[in-house]
Amino acid sequence: MRLIEQIHSVWHVIGRNKIRSFLTMLGIIIGVMAVIIVISVGGGAQSLILNQVKSMGSNLVGVLPGKSDEKGPPASAMGIVITTLKNDDIEEIQKQIPEITAASGYVKGVVTITGGDQSTDSNFTGVSADYVNVEDADVGSGRFFNNEEDRAASRVVVLGTTVAEELFGGDDPLGRQVKIKKTMFTVIGVMKKRGTAGMQNQDNQVFVPLITAQKLLLGINHVSYARFKVDEADKVDSAMKQMEIVLRAQHEIEDPENDDFTVRSMAQGLEAITTITNALKMFLAAIAAIALVVGGVGIMNIMLAAVEERTREIGLRKAVGAKNRDITSQFLTESIMITFCGGIIGVALGILVSFVIAKVAQGYDYDWDFVISIPAIIVGCGISIGIGLIFGISPANRASKLDPIEALRYE
Amino acid sequence: MALIEINNLVKNYVNGEVTTPVLRGLNFKIEKGEFVSIMGPSGSGKSTLMHILSFLDKLTTGTYLFEGSDVSNFTDDHLADMRSRRVGFIFQAFNLLPRTTVLENVMLPLVYTSMGAKAREASAVAALNAVGLSHRLNYQPNQLSGGEKQRVAIARALVGEPAVIFADEPTGNLDSKSGLQVMKILQDLNNEGHTIILVTHEKYTADHGKRILRIKDGEIVADEIVKNRQMADGATELNK
Repeated sequence: MRLIEQIHSVWHVIGRNKIRSFLTMLGIIIGVMAVIIVISVGGGAQSLILNQVKSMGSNLVGVLPGKSDEKGPPASAMGIVITTLKNDDIEEIQKQIPEITAASGYVKGVVTITGGDQSTDSNFTGVSADYVNVEDADVGSGRFFNNEEDRAASRVVVLGTTVAEELFGGDDPLGRQVKIKKTMFTVIGVMKKRGTAGMQNQDNQVFVPLITAQKLLLGINHVSYARFKVDEADKVDSAMKQMEIVLRAQHEIEDPENDDFTVRSMAQGLEAITTITNALKMFLAAIAAIALVVGGVGIMNIMLAAVEERTREIGLRKAVGAKNRDITSQFLTESIMITFCGGIIGVALGILVSFVIAKVAQGYDYDWDFVISIPAIIVGCGISIGIGLIFGISPANRASKLDPIEALRYE
Repeated sequence: MALIEINNLVKNYVNGEVTTPVLRGLNFKIEKGEFVSIMGPSGSGKSTLMHILSFLDKLTTGTYLFEGSDVSNFTDDHLADMRSRRVGFIFQAFNLLPRTTVLENVMLPLVYTSMGAKAREASAVAALNAVGLSHRLNYQPNQLSGGEKQRVAIARALVGEPAVIFADEPTGNLDSKSGLQVMKILQDLNNEGHTIILVTHEKYTADHGKRILRIKDGEIVADEIVKNRQMADGATELNK
């Protein structure tokens, strides 16, 4: 009852100095907004990555050359080229483990492709014919290459939609010739549009048979990595163990300590990504929270000025019967209400900005979720109240300790 | 039982090692229904005496009995309660809250009591009626004349139905007509039974009371009944 009255009268005071109250709130507004945006956009970016990885299927297992420990990134991720993983390793795994339903090695590179009258820079990926089964990729028109074409190192290519458009415009590219590194290739298919994924445009690439890419384009005989599809998700773990055994036999390794490969499931990858992005998110939120401290100092400054300015009022209130704690609670209510209002506005603006960012990202075909975390909102409001309390207590105490006689004489 | 009974009241101000005596052993009683003017030149200690009588300040030695209870050992909270329930204040500088309506200004002392919101408003309206300002409830202080401001302050002093009203130079910031109006209201209130203690340095203003306590250098030099009392009746005409 009394609290409601106090809030009402403090609201009146805040309303009296609208501009000053707003400027005082601004620090808190910006701080809370920044925290909300960082957490929300961080969550959106995280969802983007996770959606991506999940879309490839939870029963995928990747094999990378080079040893790595459970959590750390594999050596190949740091740009080190390791040549130990070969095509026959992949074939052997597929042959020996019946649970593996599809497998493909990967090599990648960047080239200039010329076709029609145009040329364009594009990524090329060398994969097995099985690629479409491993990643559930769809061919839009024409067809993907088959095993025979792969083994024969045929000069055939399947274009991503962006490349097809840039080279041939509206014309049908099927059957046309394109030049990649001085070699002519026949276009046999165009992939279905996939949009942006994994931070890159999936449609700005071309697929050539793995052996063609190794021999003709790169001049190597190893693969960068390989992906395997296990027929059922709960057989992934046992399949991974068998894969390790097969690979050790292939590479004549006796001690697992000396492994020159890494077998990872998508689930492990997800875990690693989540750990990294969570840490990043918290770090950014902590930086954003610095704005809140700055805002708090602003509140304290204004409250000290308000106590000074309203010295006579304080004297009068004490003369007509206000106890010290009445004065303390009056000024504390004021600082908390300023920060709380700032917090509410900050939360609202933060949600709005996050929503706009999510919409824009979705407009660019990113698989971006608009994430609003209720805990973040509660924490944002809670922190703003806390800041009002922490930075308001000293001015409020100063006000309550004023001597009424002195205060009434204050000019 | 006297309303106020002061025995050998001493007040010293201590500043570091220097002790300045302000009031040097005062003795007097004030009965309910009196209109006492405490008069003296500036620096005589009359304001300090008023602050002690009105629970804003504490005495150094001696006793102060208010309605029979010894105030000397009251806690700060208890003194605050006494200020909100037993006394009303009228100041020279009005001390109204700016940008706050007349009604809210008058209700202010009641905010610190347990009175409910409805009852507070009713009391405030009644008090404003008593000073003839019931038509100004929603005005703000800066829309009022000096005389009106002081009448609002009188209403604020009245609203808690105090045992005694303290008026500290209430006409000091007013022109003579408005001053007369204010003195008229104080005399009327006294006629209705309110106890009034007026602090002033002017003989003319002090003569509106029934009894004068003259103070000089912290001592009472005279305690006398006013013989030719100034009546502020002329002010009734000014009310029109």
